[in-house]
Amino acid sequence: MSEGTLYDKVWDRHKVADLPNGQDQLFIGLHLIHEVTSPQPFSELRERGIEVPYPERNVATVDHIVPTRPEGRERPLADGSAEGMLTALERNTAESDIQFYGLDSDKQGITHVVAPELGLTQPGMTVVCGDSHTATHGAFGSIAFGIGTSQVRDVLASQCVAADKAAVRQIEVDGTLGPGVHSKDLILKIIAELGVDGGVGYVYEYGGEAVRDLSMEERLAVCNMSIEGGARAGYINPDETTYEFLRGREFVPEGDAFEERKAYWEAVASDDDADYDDVVRLDVDGLEPMVTWGTTPGQAVGVSDPVPAPENLPEGEREAARTAQAHTGVEPGESMAGYDIDVAFLGTCTNGRTSDFREAAAVLAGREVHPDVRALAVPGSQTVKSTLEAEGVDDVFRAAGFDWREAGCSMCLAMNDDSLEGDERCASSSNRNYVGRQGSKDGRTVLMSPAMVAAAAVEGEVTDVRDLAEVDT
Amino acid sequence: MSDATDDDGVEEMKVRRVAGTGVPIRGDDIDTDQIIPARFLKTTTWEGMDEYAFYDARRDDDGELNDHPFNEYKGANVLVVNDNFGCGSSREHAPRALARWGVEAIVGESFAEIFADNCKSLGIPAATADPETVAELQDVIEATPEAGIELDVVDKQVTYGNETVDVSIDEAMHGALVQGIWDTVALLRSNMDAIDGTATDLPYVESR
Ligand code: SF4
Repeated sequence: MSEGTLYDKVWDRHKVADLPNGQDQLFIGLHLIHEVTSPQPFSELRERGIEVPYPERNVATVDHIVPTRPEGRERPLADGSAEGMLTALERNTAESDIQFYGLDSDKQGITHVVAPELGLTQPGMTVVCGDSHTATHGAFGSIAFGIGTSQVRDVLASQCVAADKAAVRQIEVDGTLGPGVHSKDLILKIIAELGVDGGVGYVYEYGGEAVRDLSMEERLAVCNMSIEGGARAGYINPDETTYEFLRGREFVPEGDAFEERKAYWEAVASDDDADYDDVVRLDVDGLEPMVTWGTTPGQAVGVSDPVPAPENLPEGEREAARTAQAHTGVEPGESMAGYDIDVAFLGTCTNGRTSDFREAAAVLAGREVHPDVRALAVPGSQTVKSTLEAEGVDDVFRAAGFDWREAGCSMCLAMNDDSLEGDERCASSSNRNYVGRQGSKDGRTVLMSPAMVAAAAVEGEVTDVRDLAEVDT
Repeated sequence: MSDATDDDGVEEMKVRRVAGTGVPIRGDDIDTDQIIPARFLKTTTWEGMDEYAFYDARRDDDGELNDHPFNEYKGANVLVVNDNFGCGSSREHAPRALARWGVEAIVGESFAEIFADNCKSLGIPAATADPETVAELQDVIEATPEAGIELDVVDKQVTYGNETVDVSIDEAMHGALVQGIWDTVALLRSNMDAIDGTATDLPYVESR
């Protein structure tokens, strides 16, 4: 059993009671709500006559179903079921006194982008959301995990969940990321090494030189994909990078109150002599940009590495690899470089933040999207969008031939109009390449960093961004 | 909705055994996008979810129903799956869709964590067994779809034909199902004072 880790300390501070089923009752410091997983819980509460006891610890926005074309955001939404979900959320949050950043708000966006940028997510909190990528918020040194719809109901009804404590695996990442190599590559590497179910039963604590060197936004991308590695949650101990990011944000206290809060943040960080259930070391010196070749995020290689032949993989992975390669149409033995791309998609809760677009813009400046590629840039939040527009980054995207959109989940899972068609191949900065994920059951998704998406957009094929001349990434 | 605090409610909610017939779904890493494609999540109720279970896999390219087990084994209630079933998103729509279709228990090699949690909160036991046992079960069901299969939740056993094999059920799930306390709303709200106490001690929660 782990001891003295941030996970242990934060868990203990939030533990309310032992439940008769052997689980712990955990108080939830921040519950993020979106339109897809909340309507049923709210209606169940209404049926049972239960009021939300801690409305101020719940925050809602709308992300999955929103159209990303400005003209598509007029109410009522053209898609009746999307309009129904949005209307339900408006009504539910208003009746329960819960803050809602709706389509008319300049702070609307993907929950996992909005909460960090507003300073809602802070170290030492418990954060949940009816969405598996809640793990993102662990980047601040919080315990953050996705919950099912019944647990959404539980949190609304009691501000608590019934939960089992996981084991803690420390992942120490040594080395330095080279030019053109980003935190997305680092997490894809971790998942490729440990497997898509390697983290089952664990919470990941990411540390080491390479992780400490990351900016807050880059850390968010790492923790975001913990779930793709099978871990329910992932976190990074808070440090000066974390505190400086938080300073001055809307929901972060100022002055003396900030210092007081910071003392708590520092206190919950893992002790130097903490005990872990497992420790894994990795070195990212010389790591290449990573790309997926298959239909799980763990089926990934360096961009110049050969795609593995199924017969060379461990026995349990062969069949899945064969099926995946038949779907994506890649040839074992060849590298992914040169794989034709029809769509370039930049955005999502993994890589839809300001730095992601800046990195891509550095590649796109003075270049044009390949004529056979349709390219979509979807900021993770309206705040990200307006920040980039103030810097003129949107002009770079538009000049290159990207469609510049409003905030939402968009083609990450295609619950709006943004979707792959037929067997299109997509260079995507998202987190999932499952069959059908981007809206077409024959569509092919290649996961990569934002800079690599930009390079693929320009070349019309998977391209090592470091091969593009004069790119300063 | 039954209320777990009254005794009859608890009695009713106890899940001690599930008996019926089986339906095999073969394959590792079957994710929630396959169990229910995201385009069917735009709902505000659970109505009609049964139709959406394995929607794409159940159809040919021309939209006609094919010989997918969910078309062939109507009326079955014990789903038998392989490794890492239910991986992917946290959507509870996945087990809800399975449940609406008729699934009352699942036996598999392993389950994604959130998926198993979601099953628990719906009162659906998710039991694990070794690959050989699962393969044997799937073979038997395919050979004789009408043959009975029973999951004894209390004793953690599956019986089919003359065979009885041991399975594993996560401890928290086992307790919740057998004691009928998987309705967590009632459980959690019975500690309201302790909740307020914990909240008051947290430096980031404003006192109220
Ligand atoms: S961007 Fe994609 S992964 Fe993130 S919350 Fe939206 S749908 Fe989920």
